[in-house]
Amino acid sequence: MSAIFIMIGASLLLAIGFLVAFIWSVKNNQYEDDYTPSVRILFDNTTIQEEKNKHTKE
Amino acid sequence: MKVADINKTKITCYHCGEFVKDSGFQIDSKSFCCRGCQTVYEIINKNDLCSYYTIENSPGINQKNTVRKGKFDFLDDQQIIKKLTHFQDDFQQHVIFYLPQMHCSSCIWILEHLNNINAGIIKSQVNFIKKEVIVIYDYHKTSLKKVAENLTIIGYEPHISLNDVRAGKIKTYDTSQIVKLGIAGFCFGNIMMLSFPDYFSLGNIEDAALKYWFNYLNLILSLPVFFYSASDFFISGFKGIRQKFLNIDAPIALAILITFSRSVYEIISDTGSGYLDSMSGIVFFMLIGRYFQNKTYQTISFDRDFTSYFPLGVGVVNTDGTEKQVSVSTLKVGDRIRIHNDEIIPTDAILFFGKATIDYSFVTGESLPIEKSIGEIIYAGGKQTSGAIELEVVKEVSQSYLTQLWNNDAFDEKNENKPRSFIHHVSQYFTYILFSIAISSAIYWMVYDSSKVWNTVTAVLIVACPCALLLSATFTNGNMIRILNKYQLYIKNAFVIEQLSRIDTIVFDKTGTITEQGKAEIVFHGNDFSAEKAQLIGSLANQSNHPLSKSIASFLPFSKSLPNKHYKEIKGYGTTATISQHQVKMGSAEFVLHKTIEHHGYGSKIYVSIDEEFVGYFAVKNAYRKGLEDVINSLKSKFDLKILSGDNSSEEPYLKYIFGDSTELLFNQKPEDKLNYIKSLQDKNKKVLMIGDGLNDAGALKQSDVGIAISDDTNNFSPACDAVLSGQSFKILNDLIMYCKNEKTIIYSSFVLSILYNFIGLFYAVQGDLKPVIAAILMPLSSISIVILTTGLSSLYELILKK
Repeated sequence: MSAIFIMIGASLLLAIGFLVAFIWSVKNNQYEDDYTPSVRILFDNTTIQEEKNKHTKE
Repeated sequence: MKVADINKTKITCYHCGEFVKDSGFQIDSKSFCCRGCQTVYEIINKNDLCSYYTIENSPGINQKNTVRKGKFDFLDDQQIIKKLTHFQDDFQQHVIFYLPQMHCSSCIWILEHLNNINAGIIKSQVNFIKKEVIVIYDYHKTSLKKVAENLTIIGYEPHISLNDVRAGKIKTYDTSQIVKLGIAGFCFGNIMMLSFPDYFSLGNIEDAALKYWFNYLNLILSLPVFFYSASDFFISGFKGIRQKFLNIDAPIALAILITFSRSVYEIISDTGSGYLDSMSGIVFFMLIGRYFQNKTYQTISFDRDFTSYFPLGVGVVNTDGTEKQVSVSTLKVGDRIRIHNDEIIPTDAILFFGKATIDYSFVTGESLPIEKSIGEIIYAGGKQTSGAIELEVVKEVSQSYLTQLWNNDAFDEKNENKPRSFIHHVSQYFTYILFSIAISSAIYWMVYDSSKVWNTVTAVLIVACPCALLLSATFTNGNMIRILNKYQLYIKNAFVIEQLSRIDTIVFDKTGTITEQGKAEIVFHGNDFSAEKAQLIGSLANQSNHPLSKSIASFLPFSKSLPNKHYKEIKGYGTTATISQHQVKMGSAEFVLHKTIEHHGYGSKIYVSIDEEFVGYFAVKNAYRKGLEDVINSLKSKFDLKILSGDNSSEEPYLKYIFGDSTELLFNQKPEDKLNYIKSLQDKNKKVLMIGDGLNDAGALKQSDVGIAISDDTNNFSPACDAVLSGQSFKILNDLIMYCKNEKTIIYSSFVLSILYNFIGLFYAVQGDLKPVIAAILMPLSSISIVILTTGLSSLYELILKK
């Protein structure tokens, strides 16, 4: 039966880890703007140099 | 007049997407509608930012109205820099700009690549919902003013108002609500899990050690729920009792307290496992409801006053004629200020130099701009529309005629005798009934089995707390707010829905509310005339600064003003000139036709003749919102309608025709008159809905039971109010009000449902035999069915709006 004590302790620790991560994300203002990051992630991450090359090719 | 046929072959501007007239401007085989758009393209192209145009088509902002050079000179002032930036260290400053022009993903892209345009900018990050960009820049390499100018040349002129420098403006985002919710959810889940063995063996766990440990673990997990997540209920309930008002939070707090203390007692005395699962569950559900309800529209500010409307900087003319930009709040009596075209006059001042044509439509409700001559006083809030003028300040900004309105009692927050939601009254009755059930069962058990008394009383209070009522209200309101948002009625808080369902009188402002802001409806009566004639008339109209001529000039499809000779303008009559050897005349019938024509109908008429030959006349009148007649007809039978206008009574006949004879129409109303009129209606026990748009309505909006500001662009300034309605949704105003009237029905019906669950719980409770598992099943079951019923019903009633 002692296994269950360890398992419950482990599961609680794991869950507390997620809770802490959640609180950190809230305090880090990640919930303040839930729209812009969804657009930002779709932008091509081209540097200005690549952009220049593209233009000279055109 | 066939205006529509002109743009048959449509070329659109590569930058802003507007139709290009004539040949427009060409560069790199791309067409632009104006010089401004082309310039922006050149800058973007030069800095290798052309992805801007590939993310979305024609994402730019039209540049026909260019921004005056030197407009941001006031941003060099150290005082102002200090107030606008919210962080500064040895080499960088952080500033947040509000950019109302932001509208698409291209905007986000270019605004986050600002460092290509200005190497001094370290980082820029957009918050699209709030239409803000935070710019971090090195202030040794660049300056606040340069950053503002960089934004302006690519078409995003930052909106900087007097409000931005007021103390305590930077709002920190309140995260505690979400954290409380998260913690409650976490504890609820874990307590539920640890309670499972207890549920399945129905209280008889074989292993005593396991039971002991689980109980204490539950107790530890419930502590943050009780002391942190549920704290709002205790605070609010306590506050209510101190003001001698039993609000809904008080009985809820009592139920939480009793559940918690009985559970603690059971666990410590080892007599049971308590009801901690139900307690944390109900706190979790109630917090979700509150969060859902309070999630109102972020981008709209409901508490703006004149400071958001006034500019921050103004040019002061020194004695040697040089101009210096200073903060508006430092203006002193006697200062000479220069106001440029399209700028707002920040304080009461006397016209000193220049030609003043002031547009007061936003401040007083007068629909046409007013010409002022030198020496006349110009009141704050007007917008100059004809070139630069110089003025001498006669009153400080806070003392001006317009800002005086904000000293009225209606704006005094402390003075507010707030009405309260019906939820609280229902919960009071509920609480009385609950207590009488608890007491009667206590008396019953005292007679038959006194050991069960305490058990029964606490069980009754645990099972039947009014949390179901709170859940019904929050979920109904939350969903209704969401649906109203969809139809572009943005509500400040949930209580507005209830207030809106109670109103019996609707007061309209005229200019900008039932008419469309800055638009005049022009109809030409007469023979069709050629493009050549249109050009003649247009050239003449373009010369004059009279508001009527200006609207005619913008109405006529002519490309270029022709040179004129012998130009003459006779005030109050009309204007004449010789253009391409034709004598063109326009003005009153007396002036053009040399005879008086009886004026019937409404609006103004401008007669036109070419070489003394009568061509026809233009009828100019206010452009009313589309669907006005239908809206008024549907409202007329249910509400008392009134009109309060700051304008003159020239439109009275038309308004009488639409609103009917019984409607009270008041003209030439000052802002205070409007406020007092609303007050007098309220003294007669009327529930008043005020619909307005401008600063002159601010007092009336505040005083009324519900104040709705109408706005054609929700990014524009709108005065403090309870709700903002988009101009496009004006036509469904009646349906929106009818929709709000269903709020109570929905809340009551879900409440009836929850009472059924309560009866089941009470059935066990009064017998003194409430097992934790029964409570644990009833609680989520009733909560979830309430959520389904309320959101379902409020979405069903949406059909009212869909038709």
